[in-house]
Amino acid sequence: MTASGRHPGTIGAGEGALHHPDVDFPHAAATALADSQLRANLGHATATIRDKRAAVVAEHPHWHGLRAAGAGIKDDVLARLDVHLEELERQLQAGGATVHWAADATEANTIITELVRATGATEVVKVKSMTTQEVGLNEALAAAGIAAWETDLAELIVQLGDDAPSHILVPAIHRNRAEVRQVFLDHMASAGIAAPADLSDDPAELAAAARTHLRDKFLSAKVAVSGANFAVAETGTLAVVESEGNGRMCLTLPDTLISLVGIEKVVPTWRDLEVFLQTLPRSSTGERMNPYTSFWNGVHPGDGPQDVHVVLLDNGRTDVLADTVARQTLRCIRCSACLNVCPVYERTGGHAYGSVYPGPIGAVLTPQLRGIDTPLDKSLPFASSLCGACEEACPVAIEIPDLLVHLRTKIADEAPRYDLQKAAFKAMKAVLGDPDRLARAERGTAVARRVLSRSGRVAGLPVLPSWTTTRDVPDLPERSFRAWWAARADVDGVDGDAGPCAPGEGS
Amino acid sequence: MRVAIFPTCLGDAMFPRAPIATVRLLERLGVEVAFPSAQTCCGQMHLNTGYADDGLDLAATLVDAFAGYDHVVGPSGSCVGSVRHQSADIARRRGRAAFADDLDDLAGRTHELSEFLVDVLDVVDVGAFFPHRVTYHATCHSVRMLGVGDRPTRLLDAVRGLRREPLAASDECCGFGGTFALKNADVSSAMGSDKARHVVNTGAEVLVAGDASCLLHVGGILSRQQAGIRIMHLAEVLASTEDEPALVATP
Ligand code: SF4
Repeated sequence: MTASGRHPGTIGAGEGALHHPDVDFPHAAATALADSQLRANLGHATATIRDKRAAVVAEHPHWHGLRAAGAGIKDDVLARLDVHLEELERQLQAGGATVHWAADATEANTIITELVRATGATEVVKVKSMTTQEVGLNEALAAAGIAAWETDLAELIVQLGDDAPSHILVPAIHRNRAEVRQVFLDHMASAGIAAPADLSDDPAELAAAARTHLRDKFLSAKVAVSGANFAVAETGTLAVVESEGNGRMCLTLPDTLISLVGIEKVVPTWRDLEVFLQTLPRSSTGERMNPYTSFWNGVHPGDGPQDVHVVLLDNGRTDVLADTVARQTLRCIRCSACLNVCPVYERTGGHAYGSVYPGPIGAVLTPQLRGIDTPLDKSLPFASSLCGACEEACPVAIEIPDLLVHLRTKIADEAPRYDLQKAAFKAMKAVLGDPDRLARAERGTAVARRVLSRSGRVAGLPVLPSWTTTRDVPDLPERSFRAWWAARADVDGVDGDAGPCAPGEGS
Repeated sequence: MRVAIFPTCLGDAMFPRAPIATVRLLERLGVEVAFPSAQTCCGQMHLNTGYADDGLDLAATLVDAFAGYDHVVGPSGSCVGSVRHQSADIARRRGRAAFADDLDDLAGRTHELSEFLVDVLDVVDVGAFFPHRVTYHATCHSVRMLGVGDRPTRLLDAVRGLRREPLAASDECCGFGGTFALKNADVSSAMGSDKARHVVNTGAEVLVAGDASCLLHVGGILSRQQAGIRIMHLAEVLASTEDEPALVATP
């Protein structure tokens, strides 16, 4: 249990996920790396989105200003989150919505299950939502005998295939169209209207099959469940940004609309949306503008859902907020740009991260929400070479590498003194921290070189198997820089310690 | 102008060619260079693995060694990046505010080699001669932490005899990442192999970069593949002249 009374482990990895908290990232990644079809699918998909994003970001004359503004708005919100949330609650209620507060996943699932039960419905349609995946809502509803149908095309593919999402925006990014065709043929019939028997892998045909299948759901569903990209406090308005129009169907047709919203989604005013409605589509799909942006507040008699509920979710967010260094994690608008530019994600895909939040943002967000307890969650902050591509791409300028180091520091601080790696780094520091010891170690290196180089290239060293399996160890130098400098200084007759221009000697 | 070389611990012990070439190059350009030998390591590896206090203790050797110097020049985007953009922040988080101020002061005087040449010495043509086909890998921290931009390639393009072949995805990480290469060896190797493939595809004889660590990583893969491509630090290429050419022997 954490300080907030929350049980760690509430962040799911999505339906059908095979992840296990005892399997750390390096081991899960090894499986993904060996899957050449997955590597090809991912490499192709991330490169395409990356290029599109780069083009629409480069053409924007004020991108850096927008990025700074987005970060600033979010930081201001986070500094006074309580005030903005209370305002949001007041305005939502004034508009006729019912507001619920959920401290964790279990509470959120219970609230939503009860709300659906009260309507008598046994089916709900869903707008793509990370937050509902985070709490494992579909599984909770299924346990209560309620079927939750995903209506976003990629989510539908994942759901029908009993698969786990591997990307925030494109959850089926690990699938190619031949695989999608097979999923539709095998599984659509048991979920509703079947795919045509002669379905090909032509994208237009696949989309048409999905449309027919989904339209039936939209027209019959009495209850919809959504998330929200933004919640505007001043008017109590929720916003969903999407590309397919399925969201708008769900938000307008059913009688009851239930939205699960993370507390960090609040923005004070409509003006703030001006920034994010420019940065979000460019960062996520690489479009100047997304096709559908829906706003709703409360109930309007005779128009749209007549029973509107908003569930505001904490689930670890106030713990993140309390850490003044890591707080900026909550700026995230889930655009997934950091995934697409990440060289690690591009090669492993999302499943290795064992969370609905994969990639760089997942590596910092998941351990914070879930707690740093399992081998998996302890390994996530290390699943990065700290190359900085994520921070550069992030539209709200989250310093992800810095946060990864911050989490690594927490892990190291909490490790026992007898921890092997801790001891090794202490020993290393003892040498590196002392110029004389360092010089002696370097002379030892020169001796090692004479021994090793008899066999030529240093290709395999028993002490470093994780390096030498794929890489040669560099040839050790004849002498160190330090030794070279001292020898040169001796010849030149200058002070070998400080060189020709020691401080205080003038220059 | 008091100028000190910061060879970095890796450059000192494992890749002395780079700091030696830096000294020769700077002296050729009329700069007197000192090596304050009390310096050891910037602490980056410790800081990035989570050993904040140990890393800061190491960074303290730099603060002491470089006191009184106007400029500190390091042939490493990564180590200079740690000094400039990381250690002071971490020191503040560990409650070492006065030390953080010292680190900030050091940060303001510390330059990566290409920055020092272009911004402080205001030279782009350093008078180098290197008649070979090279390709340039833009290391992560030099590009994204320091923002060296096109300084290294402008310097290279001014070298007589040099032909620079464009490298695909040149600023994508090579997969080294310090302890990442050991903790996530499989992913690191996958990244390094892709980098090596792009390098081989250029047809260059020499892979040039501004960081010994990345060079040793990609070089280790190229060597294992018997790719016949040599690795050289930017400083070595810039130090090469007609009178004292850098040798491009077998890798
Ligand atoms: S961390 Fe930044 S880039 Fe990554 S999903 Fe969130 S907002 Fe997008």
